[in-house]
Amino acid sequence: MSTTTPTAPAARAATPDTLRAARLPRWANPLLALGSVAAAVGIGLGAGLHSRVQWGLIAALLFVVGAYVLASVVEGKRQAKDRFATSMVWVTFLLAVIPLASLIWETVERGSKVFSPYFLSHSMGVVADKDPGGGINHAIVGTLQQVALASLIAVPIGLLTAIYLVEYGRGKLAKAVTFFVDVMTGIPSIVAGLFVLSFWILILGFDFSGWAGAMALSILMMPVVVRSTEEMLKLVPNELREASLALGVPKWRTILKVVLPTAIGGITTGVMLAVARIAGETAPVLLLVWVNPFINNNPFEGAQGSLPLYIYQQYAAGSEASYDRAWAAALTLIGFIMILNLAARGIARWKAPKSGR
Amino acid sequence: MAKRIDVSGLSAYYGSHKAIDDISMTVEPRSVTAFIGPSGCGKSTFLRTLNRMHEVTPGGRVEGKVLLDGDDLYASGIDPVNVRRTVGMVFQRPNPFPTMSIFDNVAAGLRLNGSYKKAELNEIVEKSLKGANLWNEVKDRLNKPGSGLSGGQQQRLCIARAIAVEPQVLLMDEPCSALDPISTLAIEDLIGELKERFTIVIVTHNMQQAARVSDRTAFFNLSAVGQPGKLVEIDETERIFSNPSVQATEDYISGRFG
Amino acid sequence: MDISTKTATAPPPPPATTEKKRATSGATRPGDRIFLGLSRGSGIVLLVIMAAIAAFLTYRAALALSDNTGNFLTTFEWDATAVPPKFGIAVLAFGTVVSSIIALVIAVPVAVGIALFISHYAPRKLASPIAYVIDLLAAVPSIVYGLWGAIVVAPNLTGLYSWLDTTLGWTGVFEYQGGAPRSLMTVGILLAIMILPIITNVSREVFLQAPKMHEEAALALGATRWEVIRMSVLPFGRSGIISASMLGLGRALGETIAVATVLSPNFLIGASLLDPGGGTFAQNIASKFNEASEYGRDALIASGLVLFLITLLVNGAARMIIARRKEYSGANA
Repeated sequence: MSTTTPTAPAARAATPDTLRAARLPRWANPLLALGSVAAAVGIGLGAGLHSRVQWGLIAALLFVVGAYVLASVVEGKRQAKDRFATSMVWVTFLLAVIPLASLIWETVERGSKVFSPYFLSHSMGVVADKDPGGGINHAIVGTLQQVALASLIAVPIGLLTAIYLVEYGRGKLAKAVTFFVDVMTGIPSIVAGLFVLSFWILILGFDFSGWAGAMALSILMMPVVVRSTEEMLKLVPNELREASLALGVPKWRTILKVVLPTAIGGITTGVMLAVARIAGETAPVLLLVWVNPFINNNPFEGAQGSLPLYIYQQYAAGSEASYDRAWAAALTLIGFIMILNLAARGIARWKAPKSGR
Repeated sequence: MAKRIDVSGLSAYYGSHKAIDDISMTVEPRSVTAFIGPSGCGKSTFLRTLNRMHEVTPGGRVEGKVLLDGDDLYASGIDPVNVRRTVGMVFQRPNPFPTMSIFDNVAAGLRLNGSYKKAELNEIVEKSLKGANLWNEVKDRLNKPGSGLSGGQQQRLCIARAIAVEPQVLLMDEPCSALDPISTLAIEDLIGELKERFTIVIVTHNMQQAARVSDRTAFFNLSAVGQPGKLVEIDETERIFSNPSVQATEDYISGRFG
Repeated sequence: MDISTKTATAPPPPPATTEKKRATSGATRPGDRIFLGLSRGSGIVLLVIMAAIAAFLTYRAALALSDNTGNFLTTFEWDATAVPPKFGIAVLAFGTVVSSIIALVIAVPVAVGIALFISHYAPRKLASPIAYVIDLLAAVPSIVYGLWGAIVVAPNLTGLYSWLDTTLGWTGVFEYQGGAPRSLMTVGILLAIMILPIITNVSREVFLQAPKMHEEAALALGATRWEVIRMSVLPFGRSGIISASMLGLGRALGETIAVATVLSPNFLIGASLLDPGGGTFAQNIASKFNEASEYGRDALIASGLVLFLITLLVNGAARMIIARRKEYSGANA
């Protein structure tokens, strides 16, 4: 406050004698941003810094400091703090967008090199890791089967649990289930893999298979399905339930015929997002499905391929050709997950319950 | 200390919806001006244009002039932060900061505006709490959270918080609508005392309250739902309640509509 | 829900079933009983799975630990296949904790910033696309993060690390000898990006719930936007930020494949965060699994059990804080 003149304690509390305050012009911020980027590029080139990351950090730093200094000179300390906070918040946002943009850009650019119908329709059966050629057909088959099996286990259990929690749940059991569903959301995927490993393979003595992987994936999927279904069921207005019950419809038929159909859009969205989440899981697959470069159409017997695991293996193989394949597989996986995501959101919007308005 | 407010040609919008249309009026210093009118007539919106709080709501926008002793609040180069410090506000629901003690609540505005010595701060907080007729009730528990007080006490705490920064004008947006009759009476008495020092504008749904506390009363109305609110008339409170010059005012006051 | 169960029993039930009527469930018809049984059974299945995870991991871990000649907590080696076996988690615990802390230190301020950006700074039209971008960040599989981290990010960090070495190298912590920086620091940075969405989303929810009336109170006192946030939004959201960070921590602690891809592990605790080396629980399991014997797998399961318990504690604590917060804010709403 440049306007208050502290003469006596009593006068200190007086309001500023003017409502005006010196303000930076509107163009100050964009100009400053441009200037900091230019300066950062200059410094980067001058000092011979190779990494763009550094350029970005320098630019951000210059901008934040510049905004603070400029504002404290022109507008005063409080406004300067406010500007500082604003520019920090903007910088954090850019910090989040940059990695996402870089990741998608690199995946598309490097992945499109060997991505082709051939790549999608052939396996790695007769191709050595260091040689070019080959494809991901076996991995796609494996991932689709494993995810489908996992969904077959997780969706019914998840749905019914959510119904229990929302429609029936009271008392200690419901509280315990709610708490452990939350805790289950946080189980590391490798732990789920170790669990199935310990009882299915080490104790019961079964072999590695797609089914074993699917069991671990279903453990990761269940809490996600429960949570999203719960949210959706809670959105169904109580009046609907009461209207149906008052007509003498039994509760279970009310749930099946009234509650679930009302929420079905949201539930589908939740399930698709859960599928998208487990489709990219590598750790449990690594422990339970093993690796198979050939197409194996039977998930219950023998090792299978898997898309995320394929990326890991091709990366580990460490040759130029295998890197290309890793990126192309990453592109396929991201594409698959993004399509699922978009479709899920589309369904959510299309089937959104029209609330009373 | 208190300042005069001259409003001319003021309209306020929410996005493309016009909430109030072309309002002009004068608010005299050291007096209480009450805004009355049916729900949705824009009296609260208008109140919030007087300290530039309206533009805080998403899509909120204002046209026209509000002169505070000749300074236009909406002129370029005016800092809304300074405006809000000069024109204090008390809200419908008491809203002391829940994480702060009673003392810190009153001192919150002061602390924004520079550093004070502990003794100075004590003096101003005591003065403000006394000004809000709350000192005797809370002097032994200044370090307890403000949310532990009763509704009426909380609202007086909010008034103390607002007057601690010595504003020129005090805006009150239905300050008693969430309170019981006894607390309401305490606030109304307080308003009578505060007008010695501040220009006070109060929005109220309660016509008896307007008649009891205000010197001048403005009646707002809207021609239909969805239409912008307009100022029907503003006059001495006595005249508005005994012999208003517009028929609509009389209808509203006598309870024939609204 | 109370009302609906009461009305469920409202249609006059046949006299034969009234004696069996239970006040809690209202399930009197066979259809109702079957359906309730199924849904309650599913809930129980979930609890059984959680218990089974703990039980089976503990059992296999006990098998491994009984033959271990090293101290499981303090040994700096992992020779589970040697005869006699000798392994310990000291290095893994160090690496896991250090990389997760780096991730939190980077991610929490950024996430809180983005959450504030979405809730209080961004123009309204921008807010939901931005939230969507954050969701996309969460949808990217960790193996793709790993691939990107190892091939794109790590080489780009050499410059920054050399600079850190010249300016802060004397501390020892920031010593950097050059070469591919597949180190705990790089892992921490990558983990920070990966846990950003969950911290952002939880904090954003909390910030959006901050009562408007307290923000207006601060504004009316003549507070700037930042002062409004400091006076009314952050105090309200503090516990939310804490639990969000703990959820993020849980993710970072258990992340497997991204770490395994980026880190070039050795079984040493080095002072430098920038030089390659170190290891984490999850990464060690993934890297050592292929060549491990059955006994070696049990040893890995033992380390997995420790990871399970740690994440259980962290997540449980986070959920407790959230639950307590809900009660608190519910009472004040």
